[in-house]
Amino acid sequence: MKLLTLNFLTCAIKTCKSSPASFPLHPRDAELEVVEADLNLAFLKNILPRLMWDELRVIASELGLPALPETPPSKADLSIPSPTAPAPATTLQLDPEAIDAPENPPVVESDVEEETPSQTAVDLHRILLETCITEGKLVCGNCGHEYAVKEGVANFLLPGHLV
Amino acid sequence: MPKYLVRLVHMHESFRRAELHALAEVAGVEMEILKYDEDSPFCIIHLPSEAAARSLISRSILSQGIHELWGEGSTYDSLHTSVRDQTGSKWSQFEHTPFRFTIDSFRGTRSPAEQNNIIESFSYMGFDGPIRMKDPEASFRVFEDYDFKASEPKYLYLGRFIAASGRHAKTTFDLKKRHYISTTSMDAELALITANIALAAPAKLFYDPFMGTGGFPIACAHFGAVVCGSDIDGRSIRGTGGSARKGQTGKMDVMGNFTQYGLEASYLGAFVSDLTNTPLRIPALDRSSRGGYLDGIICDPPYGIREGLKVLGSREKLGETELATHEDRFKQPNYIPPKKPYSFTAILDDILSFAVSTLVENGRLSMWMPTANDEDIELIVPTHPCLEIVSICVQPFNKWSRRLLTYRRLAEADMPQGFLDVAVKEYEKGVKADDLNDFRRKYFEGFKEFKESERLRLDPGGVEQMQMPDSKGVSGRWRGKEREKEK
Repeated sequence: MKLLTLNFLTCAIKTCKSSPASFPLHPRDAELEVVEADLNLAFLKNILPRLMWDELRVIASELGLPALPETPPSKADLSIPSPTAPAPATTLQLDPEAIDAPENPPVVESDVEEETPSQTAVDLHRILLETCITEGKLVCGNCGHEYAVKEGVANFLLPGHLV
Repeated sequence: MPKYLVRLVHMHESFRRAELHALAEVAGVEMEILKYDEDSPFCIIHLPSEAAARSLISRSILSQGIHELWGEGSTYDSLHTSVRDQTGSKWSQFEHTPFRFTIDSFRGTRSPAEQNNIIESFSYMGFDGPIRMKDPEASFRVFEDYDFKASEPKYLYLGRFIAASGRHAKTTFDLKKRHYISTTSMDAELALITANIALAAPAKLFYDPFMGTGGFPIACAHFGAVVCGSDIDGRSIRGTGGSARKGQTGKMDVMGNFTQYGLEASYLGAFVSDLTNTPLRIPALDRSSRGGYLDGIICDPPYGIREGLKVLGSREKLGETELATHEDRFKQPNYIPPKKPYSFTAILDDILSFAVSTLVENGRLSMWMPTANDEDIELIVPTHPCLEIVSICVQPFNKWSRRLLTYRRLAEADMPQGFLDVAVKEYEKGVKADDLNDFRRKYFEGFKEFKESERLRLDPGGVEQMQMPDSKGVSGRWRGKEREKEK
């Protein structure tokens, strides 16, 4: 399961749900795997306001992943502004090939809206949508119940005495 | 606004209009249905532009394609008049274009000679370009709509082809070719339609709480959504190894299905859980909370017949020693948590309240629900004050049918005051599946039919229908013979 799922998962025990300590679940003895996937910028932008940023930072540090910035990025931080915007002069100087076709009308192309993801987006994508937990446990911070993850599938079924 | 003709397929009739409305919403185009009939595959709509028509139809499952309407009429004379009036100015554009002219008769046929005559009757349009049946630049089509067994069409249209639908996905996702399915996998076509009606689209997050082998999440991922799912039975997600299919070896699991279609990037993963004890966050339903996080929920809950409807818990209340045993053993690897049968009406209401808490504003819930056809009391469509019913589509079987119910989550501002203190409902009580599930009980009783006399009293027209000969194989030849007899 990809790490983004942890943004939505808490303890399954009903009495735990009201306690703030039940979210996030803490990974323990986790085996991680990186499965490369195409970056889905539109999805990242859509999901950004729904991320529980502070909790995701905790998970990332517990898993020993590169630290997430302290404050969540904004939607604008996820894409590199298109070359037609603010400083076109500098891009022309930096890119020798652009001089061959200086009067290219890039305005028409920008209608297609192929935005380039920024490094922030690439990093976020790597952590949330490429890093998967394959084996290990997820532990509730409130009651301490452990949910096993096997073959990338977490088991949230509660034993008879906890239902 | 220009008019367009959507050539629908003539099946799953009650889903077609719901799908068109959903497609218009996803494509963000303004659409108005001008003419639609459950008994006809031709639907006339208003759309702002040809580009809108293309984007609308591109992911449609229940249509073949969309055409620009060039004329209509109940006879060929009136069709020709209408074509001359409406499109006379456009003919010159196609004067030298390679083109194709074909005839599409619904519930009727034309012999090749008759077809030729019909096509020739449009020669006044003056298309001089080469005729090209394969890959033409312009394709024109005469649509004939016949009544059942009629010898002459009741209505005619002429259309210029704009774009084909996304119906080919039905073949791509066909269950017969899917590597990993189970006994209750949803038919690929219906799963795709459900995903369409629930507005699955790129950048959205979809969840299926009863995923099984992942048919619905796959359909949503096909339309670009990022998906996750859960099921109370972990074996269906992980796969038990081996395959029932000939010549197939190795482990089959839900992930494998996503890989088969190249959709693994859209699959967040799955977990084993029970909806009544869900591990998903349930944001508090007050106006201060950050609200839901799912763009859509799509599911086919177990009806309790082929797939048992069970939730966590024990049939009988556990005694102290039993509780102690569970507490003692639950960490052992072979421990299996106890499950009990559950009321069907209760699970439907549970899904609704789960949807209210987790869906974003205007997010959709699409779920299937079975019902008996001849029931004295109709199984009531479950409702929730914070969900608005968008559409109800019916797939009839012989003695029962199932419905696709689609809801829209209202914005917080539109939610009625005091919805939080909804009265606690009384559900069926009992420990056996039959006590808890009316539908299941009736199913296994064989849906005891009304007495024949009772049925005739309610539906006198039914007699005539029963005596009608088999309608299969109605063809032009048959019609020709009838015509001769008349002469």
